This record gives sequence, structure tokens and C-alpha cells, in this order.
Amino acid sequence: MSALVSVKNLTRTFDVSRPWLNRLLEGRPKAFLHAVSDVSFEIEEQSVYALVGESGSGKSTIGKMVVRLLAPSEGVIEIEGTDLFREPDQERVEKIRTDIQMVFQDPYASLNPRWRVRDIINEPVTARGGDGTGLAERLLEQVGLSAGDASKYPHEFSGGQRQRICVARALASEPKLIVCDEPTSALDVSVQAQVLNLMSDLKEEFGLTYLFISHDLTVVEHMADRIGVLYLGRLVEEAPRDSIFNDPKHPYTQMLFAAAPKLDAFGREVEPPKGEIPDPINPPSGCAYHPRCPFAIARCTLERPEMRQVGGSRVACHVAK
Amino acid sequence: MTAIAQAWQSDFMWSFRRSPVAVVSFIVVMILVFGAVFAPLIAPYNPFDPATLNLMNGFSKPMQPNAFTGETFWLGTDDQGRDVFSTILYGMRISLFVGFCAVLFAMVLGVTLGLIAGYSGGLVGTIIMRVADVQLTFPAILVAMLIFGIAKGFTPVHLRDQMAVWVLILAIGLSDWVQFARVVRGATLVEKKKEYVQAAHLNGRKAAGIMLRHILPNVVGPVLVIATISLALAIIAEATLSFLGVGAPPTQPSLGTLIRIGQGFLFSGEWWILFFPAVTLLALALSVNLLGDWLRDVLNPRLR
Amino acid sequence: MAQALSNREVVLSVRDLVVEIPTRRALLRPVDQVSFDIGAGEILGVVGESGAGKSMTGNAVIGLLDRPAHIASGEIWLNGQRIDHLRREQIRKIRGKEIGMVFQDPLTSLNPLLPIGEQLRETILEHLAVPQREAEARAVAALEEVGIPAAAERINSYPHEFSGGMRQRVVIALALCAEPSLVIADEPTTALDVSVQAQIISLLKQLCHERGTAVMLVTHDMGVIAEAADRVAVMYAGRLAELGPVREVLTRPAHPYTTGLMASTPLASKGRKRLNQIPGAMPPLARLPEGCAFHPRCPRAEDKCLQDPGPSLAGCGGRAACWFATEAVA
Repeated sequence: MSALVSVKNLTRTFDVSRPWLNRLLEGRPKAFLHAVSDVSFEIEEQSVYALVGESGSGKSTIGKMVVRLLAPSEGVIEIEGTDLFREPDQERVEKIRTDIQMVFQDPYASLNPRWRVRDIINEPVTARGGDGTGLAERLLEQVGLSAGDASKYPHEFSGGQRQRICVARALASEPKLIVCDEPTSALDVSVQAQVLNLMSDLKEEFGLTYLFISHDLTVVEHMADRIGVLYLGRLVEEAPRDSIFNDPKHPYTQMLFAAAPKLDAFGREVEPPKGEIPDPINPPSGCAYHPRCPFAIARCTLERPEMRQVGGSRVACHVAK
Repeated sequence: MTAIAQAWQSDFMWSFRRSPVAVVSFIVVMILVFGAVFAPLIAPYNPFDPATLNLMNGFSKPMQPNAFTGETFWLGTDDQGRDVFSTILYGMRISLFVGFCAVLFAMVLGVTLGLIAGYSGGLVGTIIMRVADVQLTFPAILVAMLIFGIAKGFTPVHLRDQMAVWVLILAIGLSDWVQFARVVRGATLVEKKKEYVQAAHLNGRKAAGIMLRHILPNVVGPVLVIATISLALAIIAEATLSFLGVGAPPTQPSLGTLIRIGQGFLFSGEWWILFFPAVTLLALALSVNLLGDWLRDVLNPRLR
Repeated sequence: MAQALSNREVVLSVRDLVVEIPTRRALLRPVDQVSFDIGAGEILGVVGESGAGKSMTGNAVIGLLDRPAHIASGEIWLNGQRIDHLRREQIRKIRGKEIGMVFQDPLTSLNPLLPIGEQLRETILEHLAVPQREAEARAVAALEEVGIPAAAERINSYPHEFSGGMRQRVVIALALCAEPSLVIADEPTTALDVSVQAQIISLLKQLCHERGTAVMLVTHDMGVIAEAADRVAVMYAGRLAELGPVREVLTRPAHPYTTGLMASTPLASKGRKRLNQIPGAMPPLARLPEGCAFHPRCPRAEDKCLQDPGPSLAGCGGRAACWFATEAVA
């Protein structure tokens, strides 16, 4: 097994300055939001890699860069060994782009309401001038809908069915990698299970690789082979699923697991975590988690911890053992 | 047949049937449009055929036999003995034609520029919207007069009367595109962020394809509403220009021209020459406007 | 229901509540024959999928139904007073004084143009007979109580100057400052991050147990229910499917819907390759099936479920509205 996706020192900043006239009058400098800072990881072929984090962690920004909806500010994303942003051979870029697809969070906004389901599913093929005859019908049956649904419009389907249509569209160009950005967070629990099962089945059947982006730890635990935990745009811990769930090393990961609601936690009286996610435009010095960290030492406020190997995990923490 | 029955049962038709204002406005508009389109068949006289005109019929009062010829005209005649009812039908043709074409022109121009400004943003978008903003600070009628004046200067003298209607369309259209552009730009900014547009982008669709095939169908709703309301405004703008004497020439009189002609006789007691074209203009503009208002309410779920 | 409440004073009592929405094609019933009680100091969790009628039930209690939705029948009693047929002004007085509200988006409950202290003072003065200075002190105390650091200084800040979690704390302070006997919290943590969610839930729990406030906690998240609620009501297609103590309902569900719901959460299928799933989706209100609304998705459905909606909650020990519930409980 080799790495299908290789992300190296990925950084993305957004200019969030106020208009120049305001800056001039209020005497403020330009402001930059470091949505993603120096993130590196690899996704093995036919595996599920999950990025977990709370809002502002940069997980969706990474997803968008992998599918090339956003350009990185710095760093490299290699897919099948090719950097799509620097590769001069446009033919190869186009070929590899068909290997990448995405399933979005909101099943209501991700299907064009004015298009028939057939045209929606065929788009990855027809947009590149291909012939999609019969493709939509076949894929609809594959995702558990019926071929007859092809001539309907999206509003005739429920949220879960729409997400199945999105999956069918993602499959149309016969991709290798599907980036799933919170694919079930807009769905009800009973429907979420259907969609997750479908995604697992399709992975086996087509040998797919998933980059799974979610804030829901239970879903991630069920789906992922390897997990990266993000905090304020930086990877704080990365490990295979079992080691991260059984033995989380980073204090933030530990807090995240402890805070997540559990079904068997009746009347649980635990101390809730301290503090909130800081302003990403002015992140704390050193380790960004130090103001909330119960184990923080003086060094944490001064020096940003580098990623290092601790047991089976990669952790960015001075105190983790 | 079932398709028609289904359409009749649709929510759209249902709310139409439930709104007396919409039904009455629609009927009025339909009658007026029908009258205008079939004017040559309906009008009892052809007011622009000098052979049928009899100066003796001049200033006939409505529904009263003429003192000299004994002929009766429903809505009376003007100074040259032209039947007012017939001139109104023919006048409406010009008014509606100019209105429709001007709105169509404004719509195509405004939607295109709005899509480009909204989708590409950046410098191009800024320039388009700045031009729109500047134009909005002038009254539309002033812009139309300016364009009309410039365009007229460029047309050869012997073509001026023939070209007048087209120049009018150009002038009104150019003064009216801003609304379309602003609304389409706003809607495009919203649609552009939706995930189906990102999916299309991801699948290698080019910007033009995304604008035309994805975004355009999703912004037509508000465009139709504005088009209807603009139609009423365009008809009034045309009437205003013609009333001021810079619009349709007396050889091809529109409702506005008729009102201008009639205005000269108001104080000598021949009120009908002004009154009936004015009432027709009012009915036309008002019913189109009410229809537009109703359409806006139906298509805008937030107002329900 | 009575068994769980025996040692508590009943604050809110809802009896056979029916909410109807007349539409052009059909008469919809987003809430159908719903009955429950909430005791003082008790948190009742109301769970269900989107469209199950849980928010509509909460809105009916506080008299905030948007027309054309209206209460068609049933009774709502608050502290022994019937409130379902009160006029707009009367129910407005009760809201805020007797019932506090916490919604999903804190920004909708706060006036963006007023400092939070102003809003707190206003609410306190409107509902409690206290002098101006006392109101001021109470506002600061309320903010301190919900854990806002440096409350006295921040009292003149505007809502936008707070983070999402802090804003929700302000909303809770606002909901509790007039010392209501009932708080309705509609998805109070859905818009928040996991760590902040845990803080807010723990705050809500602590304040209500301390003050003896009854809480109706509406959410779609089973995990939140498990953490916070004393009892849980499971709703499906406008009806109560199951009602009982949270530990009972979550560990030994009596209604096949609850069983399926619990089994389909990834936690319950830990270590397994496939999740348990309930086939299909909840039917839209306009197209509810005959008989039990759950029967097309129910693994146990028999002929009688297709025709008869089955026993009401009260009919089988007050636990679950299902033909098979009695045996499951027994």
C-alpha cells in the first residue's frame, strides 16, 4: 500500500483585513487568518483518513485544498505523486482531477434544484464532454435508489436520499479519492447510519479512499482507519484509530474525548472543559492550547511544540508521554 | 390535458385564483394586450390612413352624433377627425411594443452584467456595479432623454421618424438595466457559495458553463418579477418621453403622444382627447404593476 | 407518568395536546395527542428526528406558534393555571416571568443594539417588583452565576462582543433572571462546539437542580439527553413514541423506534463493521401512513399495526405507544 495523498507543510492564510480606508482611519494593520498552518499527513490507498476538530480548526479548508477548490498559500499536496498546483502537464492534471470527488455537508445546497437527478449525477462526466447515457440509472441503483428516480428533481427527495444522490454523483467519474466534508452532520441519526453503511459498502466495492472530515467523534471512530486531530489550524495529534481512542496523547484530544456526549453517561457529573477556542486571528503564543491545558508548563507559552513520535502516535506537545 | 389540469392545480395557480387583485389585473392586461395586438381587426377606423379621414368629423363628442356628418364615435374624435378609440388601440401597440422590447433589452443586458459582476467579482465586478451606482443617482427618465438625444444625433435625418421607436427602446432599456444587474448580482453571490456550484467547479466546468447552466436557472425567479414591474415603468417612461415630445413621432403615436396631443385641447373643452388615452395608460401600467407585485409575493417565500 | 413524579411538584402538565396546521391540501398534525408532566427541578428531554414535532410542542407551550399553526385541542397547565387558551398579552406576561426560553441561536434571543446588562435589567424590572438598584445587582449576579468572568465590567458589553458559548450563557442568564419555574431549551447546544456544549449542558443542569426549575430540553442528540435529562420523551411523526426515565429508555427501549434509534448510533455498534439502520425515513406529515406511523419502518410490524395506531402511552403503563410495548417492559 502506498500513499495516495501526501500533504506536506500545508498552510493557508486568508486576508481578513478591513477595507484599506478603514485601516487608514483606524490605524490598524492588515489582519491575516491562519486557517491552516504547517499541516503534514499521508493518506494510504483504500483507507479512511479522518480529520477531526471543532469550528475554526481548518479541517474544511484542508478538504477544499485537496479537491483543488482552494489554492494553498504554502506547502504541497501531492495526489498520486503529482502536485496539481505546480504540474505543468495540464492533461495529467485533468486526468488526476477526475480521480478526486467530494461529498458536501448540506444535502439541500449541494444539488442544483433546477436540474433533474440524471443530469446532476452525470455532471462529472458530461461537464468534461463525456457521454453519460445510462450512467445515472446504474449509479442510482448502486446507492439504493431506483433507476426511475433519474427524471425527478431534488426537492422530491428527503435529506438522506439527497445525500445518496450526492454519493452517486461523486462515483460518476470513477474516482479513487472522495473527500467527505461532514457528510452526515445534517442528517438524522437513523438516516446517518444508512449513509455511513452505504459509504462503507461502496469503499469495499470500488476500492475507494476517503478523506473524512467531521466534528463527530463517534462517526469518526466508526469510519476511520487513521485520525488527525486539528486545533486552530494545526495538527496536534495523528495516529491510527485504535491507538488514538484507547490512548489519546495530546491534552486537547483527551479533552475532546471527555467532553463528547456519551450514551451511557447518565447523570455524569464531570468537570466540563475550561475556556473556549481562542480568536484564530490572534492565537495564543507557543502552543495554541496552553491557556486551556491543565498540564501546561512555562515552556508551552513560549515555544510551539513540533510534531514528534510518541508510541504509535505523532503528537505536537511538550508534555505528552 | 393532464398536464394542464396539473398546472391548474399547482400552488402557483392556486394562489393566483385566490387573489382577486391578480385575477382582475390579469384580465385587464389580457384585454388590453389583445386589443393592441389585433388593433387592425378591432379598430373601427384606421386613423393613419388619410383616405378615411374626414376633417368634418373633427372634435366629435363621445357617443354623440357629429353635428356635420352625423357619424357617431364611441370615444369621440380629435381635431383631425381621427377616432379616439382606434388611435388608442394603435397607440397601445406602440406603447406595449416599446415597453416589451425595452424590458427585454434591459433584462438581457442587466442579467448578463449582473451574473458576471456577481460570479467573477474583482475589478470587473466593481466597475460594472460602480457604473450601475452612478446611473442610479440620475432619474431614469433623465438618462433615457440623454441617451435618446445622443442616439438621435447619430441617426440620419431622413430615417429619424422610422428609427424613433428603436431609439426609444434603446434609451429606455439602457436606463433600466441597473435593477436587473443589482438583483442578479445579489442572487448570484448567494448561489455562488452553495455547494452545488462548488461541485460543478470541482467537476471541471468552466465559469461560463457554471453561470449559464447552474446559476442562471436559479436566479430567474426575481428577474421575472422585476421584468413585470419594469414593464409598467417602461410603458410610463415611454409615455413620459412621448409626452415631452422626444419619443414616438405623431405619425406613429403612442399613448404618450396621444396624451400630448390631447393636452392641447384640454382647456378648450375637448377633454376626451386626453382623458381616454390617459385612462388606458393608467389601467395598463397599474394592472401590470399589480400583477408584478403579486408575482413577487408568490415567488418570495419570506413574505408569506 | 405519575410514577416518576410522585415525589415532585408538577410544574408543567400537558394533556392530549394537538397542534394543527390547516394547509390547502390537508390538515397537518405536527403534534398529536401529546401528554407529559415536568416536575420541579426535573429535566425532561424531548428527542426526535427533524419534523417529529418536538420544537412545535415547545412552541405550543410558550404560545409561540406561527400562524396558521394553532392548538386544536388539549390542555396545558403551568403551576395549576391553564395557559393554552390565554390571549396574546397574557401569555406574553407569563413568558419571561414563569417560562424562560433558550434557543439554538443565541443571537436571535438577544437584542444586538442593547448592552446585555440593559436587557437583563429590563427583564428583571418587568417581571419582578424590585427597585432599579436591586435590578442592577441582580443582573450582575445572574451573569456571575452563569460563569461569565468579570461580570460587573462586561455588563455594558454588546452581544457581538461575546463568543458563541458566552453568548449562550448570557441567554441562559436572561432566561433565568426572572426566576421562572419552567425553562424551555430548544436545541441549546446544537450550534456550539463539543467542548462548549459540555460546559453549557453542565451549567443548565446545575442551575436547574439548584433552583428547582423544571426544564424541557428539546434536542435531536441522544448523547445530550443521556448526559442531561432525568426523563426522556421520544417523539415520532408528531406523537409520543416513548416516555420514561432516561436510563430505562436508553438501555431498555420499549418502542421499536427507540430501539432502532439507539442501535443506529455509532456508539451502540462499537467495533462492528456495519451500523444497525432503520430502513427508510420519517414520512412527511402530509403523507402519514394508516395505523401506527412507524409501521413501514418497523421490523416487528404486524397486520394490526397497519390499521390501528396502537395503544396510547397511558394505555400500557405510560411507557411506549406500541402494541408490543407491554411485553417489552414486562
